[in-house]
Amino acid sequence: MTEPPITLYRLQACPYCERVVRVLDEFDLDYRSRYVEPMHSERNVVKRVSGARSVPALVDSETGVTMSESANIVEYVRGTYGDAERGV
Amino acid sequence: MPDFDVVALPETDHVDEGDTAPDFTRPLVNTEYWEDRALADAVDGPTLLLFHPMDGAFQATYLYNTVDEHAWTDDVDVFGLSISSPYAHKRLLAERGDGVRIFADPGASVIEEYGLAHDIDGMTGITETRPAVFLLDADRTVEYAWIASEHPEFPDPEAIDAAIDRLVD
Repeated sequence: MTEPPITLYRLQACPYCERVVRVLDEFDLDYRSRYVEPMHSERNVVKRVSGARSVPALVDSETGVTMSESANIVEYVRGTYGDAERGV
Repeated sequence: MPDFDVVALPETDHVDEGDTAPDFTRPLVNTEYWEDRALADAVDGPTLLLFHPMDGAFQATYLYNTVDEHAWTDDVDVFGLSISSPYAHKRLLAERGDGVRIFADPGASVIEEYGLAHDIDGMTGITETRPAVFLLDADRTVEYAWIASEHPEFPDPEAIDAAIDRLVD
């Protein structure tokens, strides 16, 4: 099975993460969820991939983009996949 | 005569040697995160799949101490599975089970599919697993299986060593 190109680092019940999930679903994008712990000190994997320990963090292997902050991510997803997929 | 009772468990129709280990998808936990993972995708070589009572039970603690002492992760991929949550698995892996990843099956439906369900007296509503060990080859054929027939009962590490040697050498 091929892995989906988008990986979302998220925290259970984090509203900023849910916001990203909504936009991924909106554009019907396949992604995998990697859940991390509430404690910032427990999030070394997120720091390693994105440079910061904050979630959500999104890695898009299709475009080579890695980013944090839900507003940035939503903008990125709309900008990258919105035009092509739906003409918005 | 010991003055405690070892309880014989009833016969069960469990996954056994020669079977293909049934595929399932559950959150798979490592020391850093968890994600949904299918067993079929996780298995790409000799694999030890360990069903164990919930994290915190001494049976689970002993099992992971044994995994570390015998360094099974040097020779095969090692996966655990219990009804504990991903958060509990992460705490367990912070202390023992170096190189092991653990599936979380809180609803015990994988455990039931493998024929390992065990109702623990006095813990209403919880379905446990009886301890079980499956050594799989790359296409998930069960090369070695051990399933507890008594409660409590521990797997024989030397028998697992021997089975790993047979499969890997």
